[in-house]
Formats: sequence, structure tokens, C-alpha cells
Amino acid sequence: MRGYWADLLSGWLAGLGVPEGIALALAYVVGGTVLLIFAPVLALLLIWITRKVISRIQDRIGPNRVGPYGLLQTVADALKLLSKEDIMPAKADWTTYNLSPILSVFSVLMIVVVVPFGPGLIGVDLNVGVLYVVALGSVGIMAAIMAGWASNNKYALVAGFRVVAQLISYEVPMVLAIVAVVLWTGTMRFGELAARQSLEIFGFNLGLGWFGFLMPGALLVFFIAALAEAEQTPFDLLEAESELIAGFHIEYSGMKFAMFFLAQFLNSWFLGAILATLFLGGWQGPFVDQVPILGVVYFFLKAFGVYLVLQWIKGTYPRIRIDQMTHLAWKVLVPLMVLLITVQAIIQKLPVGAPAQYVLIFLANVAVVAVVVQALGNYYRREEVRSKRAFEPRGLVGSMVPAEKGVMY
Amino acid sequence: MPTLPVPTFTQVVFVLIAAFTVISGLGVVVARNLFHSALLLAATFFGVAGLYVMLEAEFLAVTQILIYVGAVATLITFAIMLTRGAMHGETNPLNRQWGKAALFAFLFLVGLLGYLGGIPWPAPFQAIQADEGLIARLGEQLVTRYMVSLEVMGLLLMVALVGAILLARDDKP
Repeated sequence: MRGYWADLLSGWLAGLGVPEGIALALAYVVGGTVLLIFAPVLALLLIWITRKVISRIQDRIGPNRVGPYGLLQTVADALKLLSKEDIMPAKADWTTYNLSPILSVFSVLMIVVVVPFGPGLIGVDLNVGVLYVVALGSVGIMAAIMAGWASNNKYALVAGFRVVAQLISYEVPMVLAIVAVVLWTGTMRFGELAARQSLEIFGFNLGLGWFGFLMPGALLVFFIAALAEAEQTPFDLLEAESELIAGFHIEYSGMKFAMFFLAQFLNSWFLGAILATLFLGGWQGPFVDQVPILGVVYFFLKAFGVYLVLQWIKGTYPRIRIDQMTHLAWKVLVPLMVLLITVQAIIQKLPVGAPAQYVLIFLANVAVVAVVVQALGNYYRREEVRSKRAFEPRGLVGSMVPAEKGVMY
Repeated sequence: MPTLPVPTFTQVVFVLIAAFTVISGLGVVVARNLFHSALLLAATFFGVAGLYVMLEAEFLAVTQILIYVGAVATLITFAIMLTRGAMHGETNPLNRQWGKAALFAFLFLVGLLGYLGGIPWPAPFQAIQADEGLIARLGEQLVTRYMVSLEVMGLLLMVALVGAILLARDDKP
């Protein structure tokens, strides 16, 4: 916790007469504890938000009995899960079986270290922060393989394969989307990346120089990849309860299952937070230079905003199949992003002024958005026809056409 | 009475990480189950990444986890899991020759130490600041001085990819 806030705290403690070394150590302890407690409390809130949003989309009310607005429902559920009997399959591999949920949560909790919550409010501003997040994702993959194998259940094992296929596939476009930003800024520090998204007008920082405005294509690809990495709808084919049995954690019960659950919710929020930092300015916003605490507010607004969009998609989109999932990653997103990065690298070396480079990069990104939207639109139109055909009377097969957009039927 | 040198915090951490690496590396060899060996190999990669962090080579450490844990270990576990009958129980064949193997491994270590002791290592004459500049220089070296090796590696991976697809194809031409 080097920086403004740690200095503030240790300076205040030193003012009280505490020796400097102890004051600094206390500041570290406070920072570490805050980060440690932050994640589980956040998870309680996230689960509540998900349940409320999905309920509203489905025209229900959602949890409303425990606490105000049902806020404490998740606490009650967690207590129930904690008090459950710890069941373990007889032929399961003890060490691997028990290590896997821990590793799963570990891989997500470690992300909190590099997330810039506000100006100077960051655990460690690693010089390879962006890569660090991607590397932690691969630790999560190992956790899924371990869970699938150690359960000694063929369905869990196959589900583990599915997880690995999806996470490895979408890691590639995700990294390429990040590379677009890193190529432009020349830094991999999250703190620096957020600081670079300021917009100075007449010496006043408006805080709206978001990379999302400059690179909508990279933003869209990162968003899709983040959906897949967080195992959110429409990429939640990894754990379709009724069709495929739950997934790699089928043999887990009680608190161990809750740990996978926790890891998944936290992962989607953290990926949203990373997206907000990379493309939506992080803690940048108007008046953030004058009132630093406003940066924290902006950051949480953006991160929760992205999370709400994820839940909105979760409530409204149908799930895709595994062949469609790999098709989108390898035949649409990866070639597009490789092309985009090549084009961007050439543009950045062109002997034209900065404004012309902005315009060219923006145009290239718009082209990427157009292609991705076209591919997704084609897919959903095809699915619409297919799902309608399934309910057609036999005599009318092939004669029905999907309704035009906006027509009620 | 000779005073014992008090180890610094860095040294303690180094010994812990090194011990973790060595023990999990030993575990790869002595584990009775092939899958455990693979997981312990991933743990060894982790330990090596930790050593890189101790050397303040963060980029190398993160790349190590990304490539070795994320790709190589995953690939190995996949290969093991797709092999029938190598899943559970004691799958690693053992024999009674561990004594000879240990002897030869020890002799190899002695030879290696003798060789390494003879190399005139360049003394670190300047502190290297690990920051973006270092990573940028690394990238520059990769596309200038080591360009041929980089391209050859890329070609090799491409050939492996094409070969894998050719093997997995249903309709043989």
C-alpha cells in the first residue's frame, strides 16, 4: 500500500507518537486486512444483486424476507452451507479434492492486489499487472481440472475438459484485446493505465479520455471474452444444471461448493473491474483531481455497472452450444484481434499527427465492432429460425419466417 | 563463541520457496500416481516462478506461470487424462533400482557443480531497475537480435499445430 493513502495513515499514526517503522507496518496490516475482508463481503452483495436483478427480469420480487430488501439472505444461505455435512466421494483423491476449491478462490482473490480502486489506492502497482491477471486465470483452469479429476466422476471429468476448452479459448482474444491497450499506452501497470485515461481541457481534468471511446472494438472483444472467462451467460454451458449436470463441481457439497460459487461471482466482478480500469477509465471522472475520494466512487459505479450488464445478459440471453462457443473464439474473435493489433501497430508508426492516429484506430475498431455484431446477429437470427421450426406443424415445415424486428407476434 | 549470522527476511523467503520447489520436484519423480506427478510438476513451475520474483524478474515470473502452469501443465494433464487406465490408483511403475538411480543423479550433480564452478560469472555491476523499460528492451531484443530464433520457434509451433490437426482429422485425404 505504498502511496498517498498509506502515507496518510502512517503519517497520522506517526503524529500520535507511534514510531515510524511500526506506523508503516500498521498501515500495511490495515491495507491487507481491508483487501482480505473486502472480497467476501463483496461476494455477499454480488449474490444479492444477481438474485434481485434476475428476479426483476423474470417479473418476480426475489429475496425480501431476511433483513432490509432481503440483503441478509445470502448470509443465511452461507450459514446453511457452513452447517451442512461435509460429504466426500469414497474413491475421491483426498489432497487434490480438498485443494481444488482453495486454489479456485485463491486465483480470484489474488486479483484484488492489482485493482486500482482509486488514485493511488492500489495494493501493488505491478509493472506486469495486466499479465498477472491473465496468469491467475490459468491457475483457475488448473483448479477446475483438479476438481474434475479428483471427484472420480466421469461427468465431472468431462465438465472439467469443457471448462479448460472454454477458458483457454477465450484467454487468447482477451489477451489480444488487452494488448491493444498496452500497445497504445506502453505500460502494463493498472495504476498507470487508469491515470492515462484523463482528458485535460483548459487544465481541468474531465477524466473522460477512456480507451473504450478510442477502441470500442477491443472493448467489445474484451467484454465477450470476460463473459466467457467468468463463465457467465451465454457462455454458462459449463454448468447447465438440468442438461449437463452441474459441472466439474458436481461432487462438491456444503462449504466447498460455496467456495467455487464464491470464486465465480468474485471472478465476474473482478473481470468487470478490470474492464472498467482498462476501457472505462477506472477511477477517472470529473473533479477527481480535486476530491480523490470521488475516484473510489467512480470506480465502484463503473465496476458495478459492468456487473449489472452481465446480470442483464444472464437474465435475457439463451445459452450457446460448445461448438458455437469455440467457433466464435477461434474463427471470429482471434483472427479479428490479430488483424486489429497488426493494423494498430502500423497506424502507430505512420508519420501522421496524433489526431489522425486517433481517427484511424477508431475506424479500425469500428470495423471490428461491425464484424462481431454481424457474426452475433447472424447466429441469433439462425437460432431464432431453428427454435421456431421446432414448434412448427409438420405440414408447414420451412414455410415460416422469423418476424421482423419490433413486430409483436 | 562464534555468532551465527542472522538470516535476512529475503533469505528466509528464498529458502522456503527453494525448499518448496525442490520438494515438489522430488515429488514429481517419487509420486505413485501419474496425475499427482503432473500436478506436482505444476507446483514446481510455481516455485520456479517464485524464485524469479525473488530475482526481481516479475515479467519472467508471470510469463512462467502463464506458459508453464497455464499451457504446458494443462497440456500434460490433458494428455494423461486422455490416456485410458492412467487415472487413479498407483499407475507409476516402480522398480528396485532407486539406489543406482540416486547414485547416478548424485554423480551428475557433482559433475554439474564442478562445471558450474569453473564458469566465470559476470558480476552484476549495475542494479537493473525492473520496469516497463526492461520489458520494452526485452521485446526489442526479441525482434532484432533473436529474431531468427523467435521466427523458427513460431514456425515449429505452427508445424506442430498443423500436424495435430492432420492427426485429429476424420476424413483422411
